[in-house]
Amino acid sequence: MKHILLIALLLTAILLSACSPKGPVMLTIMTHDSFSARESVITAFEQANNVKVVFLKSGDAGAALNKAILSKDSPLADVFYGVDNTFLSRALDAGIYEPYASPLLAKIPAEFQLDPQNHALPVDYGDICINYDKAYFTAHNLPVPATLEDLAKPEYSGLLVVENPATSSPGLGFLLATVKYFGPDGYLDYWRSLRANGVVVVDGWETAYYTNFSASSGHGPQPLVVTYDTSPAAEVIYASTPLTDAPTASILGPDTCFRQIEFVGILKGTRQLDLAQKFVDYMLGQQFQEDIPLQMFMYPVNSDASLPQEFTQYAQTASQPATFDLAVIAANRDKWIADWTAAVLH
Amino acid sequence: MSSWLRPVLPWLGVSIFLSLFFLYPLARILWLGLNTAALKILDHASLLLAFHSFLFTFYQAALSTLLTLVLGLPAAFLFVRYDFQGKSLLRVLTAIPFMLPTVVVAAGFNALLGPRGWVNLGLMDLFHLQSAPVSIIGTLGVILLAHVFYNTTIVIRLVGNALSHLDPCLEQAARTLGAAPPRVLTHVTLPLLRPSILAASILVFIFDFTSFGVILLLGGPGFSTLEVEIYKQAMQIFNLPLAGLLSLIQLLCTLAFSILYSRIVSRNAVTSAPRAAGTNLRKACTFRQKFFLGGMVLLLLGLFLLPLVSLPLRSLTRLEADRGQRGQVSYGITGDYYTELFINRSDSIFYVPPFEAIGNSLGYAAVTVILSLALGFPVASALARPRRLERLLDPILMLPLGASAVTLGLGFIVTFNRPPMALVTSPLLVPLAHTLIALPFVIRSLQPALASIPDRLRQAAASLGASPRRVWFAVDWPIVARATISAAVFAFTVSLGEFGATSLVVRPEYPTMPIAIARFLSQPGGMNYGQAMAMATVLMVVCGIGILLIERLRLPGAGEF
Repeated sequence: MKHILLIALLLTAILLSACSPKGPVMLTIMTHDSFSARESVITAFEQANNVKVVFLKSGDAGAALNKAILSKDSPLADVFYGVDNTFLSRALDAGIYEPYASPLLAKIPAEFQLDPQNHALPVDYGDICINYDKAYFTAHNLPVPATLEDLAKPEYSGLLVVENPATSSPGLGFLLATVKYFGPDGYLDYWRSLRANGVVVVDGWETAYYTNFSASSGHGPQPLVVTYDTSPAAEVIYASTPLTDAPTASILGPDTCFRQIEFVGILKGTRQLDLAQKFVDYMLGQQFQEDIPLQMFMYPVNSDASLPQEFTQYAQTASQPATFDLAVIAANRDKWIADWTAAVLH
Repeated sequence: MSSWLRPVLPWLGVSIFLSLFFLYPLARILWLGLNTAALKILDHASLLLAFHSFLFTFYQAALSTLLTLVLGLPAAFLFVRYDFQGKSLLRVLTAIPFMLPTVVVAAGFNALLGPRGWVNLGLMDLFHLQSAPVSIIGTLGVILLAHVFYNTTIVIRLVGNALSHLDPCLEQAARTLGAAPPRVLTHVTLPLLRPSILAASILVFIFDFTSFGVILLLGGPGFSTLEVEIYKQAMQIFNLPLAGLLSLIQLLCTLAFSILYSRIVSRNAVTSAPRAAGTNLRKACTFRQKFFLGGMVLLLLGLFLLPLVSLPLRSLTRLEADRGQRGQVSYGITGDYYTELFINRSDSIFYVPPFEAIGNSLGYAAVTVILSLALGFPVASALARPRRLERLLDPILMLPLGASAVTLGLGFIVTFNRPPMALVTSPLLVPLAHTLIALPFVIRSLQPALASIPDRLRQAAASLGASPRRVWFAVDWPIVARATISAAVFAFTVSLGEFGATSLVVRPEYPTMPIAIARFLSQPGGMNYGQAMAMATVLMVVCGIGILLIERLRLPGAGEF
């Protein structure tokens, strides 16, 4: 009997606490798990606008987006950050965003503004590239592969680890780069030749980078890995012994990289449109933008934002990254992934 | 109290809890995915995919369960029947994997068995090989090994519990009548243990059946269980109808196993006399006993200690600069990763000081233990004396284990995103979700102990004039106290290591240890990797100490039973 009373009390308490009004005005930002920002940057916004900013981390990029879509009738947050160009069409089709033509868009190059109606505004970008272990190639007197075709050559047999595009966004990005380069009719043949050459496929970035890649702390067996062009900078910044040079570098040949752009948007149904707009402006403004590289290891889209010294020194951007029309990705993504799975895994 | 209310009363708490936080959200998301319009999307290829996922899921779960029993049963005998040095430490060691997040276990297995793991490096060095001789990562073998590693503790605890309650007179009688020890084992001991072996098997099976992280991180993309396929369909492809169908298959299978289980168990109820703890402990004397003891201890150490020890070791070593050279990795000892845990190097708003992460994890675990015991006790008592209602509701208690975490997570999103139950953003949802998973374990630990109490003890106490309350405290409680501790340990470990539900609802104000580990592993750099290993070591130590403390707990009135 006592137990039941206790439970009843607990449940009532839970329900009541959920209903009771909170003190200061709150602005809720839904993000994917990789989001980060400097504490002082967020407090500056809070103080300037007399608001408490709450972040709701909602899983990886795909999971966060699907949660935003499923809850669109009664949104969990005011602002949603973290959808990228491979998923953007899904977000736009579901109509989860309130359009907002931020004045700061003027500072952002047109190539990043993929949604002409401005439902989703670009915040940052990065190139998904192959990184190589410098020491391995020096020690083995092996030239670093320069093109996608090189990776299928016998001298690089068993040296490359990639992520499964069905479960990982770098994996999907790299698949799209190969589709761009070899065309929708040729990419599967290329992947079959990679498979014959012993490409290793794992499910997530963590496994690829920390278990399989030889230049990471996991010191695995593969000296070539699909990751970001900013990873070499992160290796220097988060080195366990101070380094003067990055142990890794990106392969930046034509179309070997895929450009990923991440977007922010105001969720339809927000009760704080004004504050939400201010926060979007703030994310596109110089202070927040200059904070992005060292927090999330992506590049800011605002051309006024300057890069930290570690980035200018150790991270290189691709000159000709693969890009796609949103509509092309939307129409083909699932088919490309399914065909890839059949060709490479089965 | 009216007569119809009395049998319903113990079920009240659990029914409200499960309906509100399990059945309702699940029904909503399944309805969303499986309404008639959406079902038309399911074509031949989808159904084929569902069928193949089911076959593989069933196959690997059955194999894993079998292997877990093969190791777990002798281990349970070892812990209950033998007295040896370091026993309680070894026991805690076998329980630790249960609460480790998969990322950490995968790192441990890789450090040991991976292409550049100790085993391979050692063999390459010894036999002057050019390439790694052992390649188990990415095979069915490593999936089975990891499942055994994770779940052996379930068998040790549930079967061990029953074994320690077994009346020694039965075995002694058989021996007196001339039965050889193997015959006693197969004709007396094992049949008596059947309910607990079945209970353990079904829990292990369901855990393996819904396996997710092990398949993704160790098995790799070549293997896909139902849960992995649900994740891909729901989160990446957004094919909710197919995800819904797969979840339904998974759920119905769990229900079928649970019904099967409760049928078998209800036909095999055994009561036994409660005995003081430690009465049948013995030291290994004969050669055969010593061989068994030594062999089992070595086996358990090899399986559990080696992968676990690689983590603390890795958290204290630093790679020297000449990395990347195959086969030539030199190490240095460092405490940097631990000191770095206390520094918010990038001033991130999501930084969590280690003690705060420990505090948050322990807080959630405490609420989970209290909540699951409070909900589980009345139900376990009712189940110990099953009537029609009990037989009907019993299988439903197991369902939360078989539900897809991915699907339930989405169910929470569509259910708790608006008043009056706008709970998605509430930190309370974390222990509630943990309780869902812990509850079946708590009930399954308590129920056999409660059922083992012979009615004649209660009747004797009552006829001597004890009030019902006094009977409970003098008869029931001393016998179930040990099972309560076992149940509390389960709830505690489930909560500490749980990652899925936490990552689903957690807010930056209250990140747990598994969340902190995942954050470190999401960015490149030696310092991040080292800190992840350091945090994983902290998690292991905290959990180990927690288990030791709970097991040492002398509950008031529990005596030496």
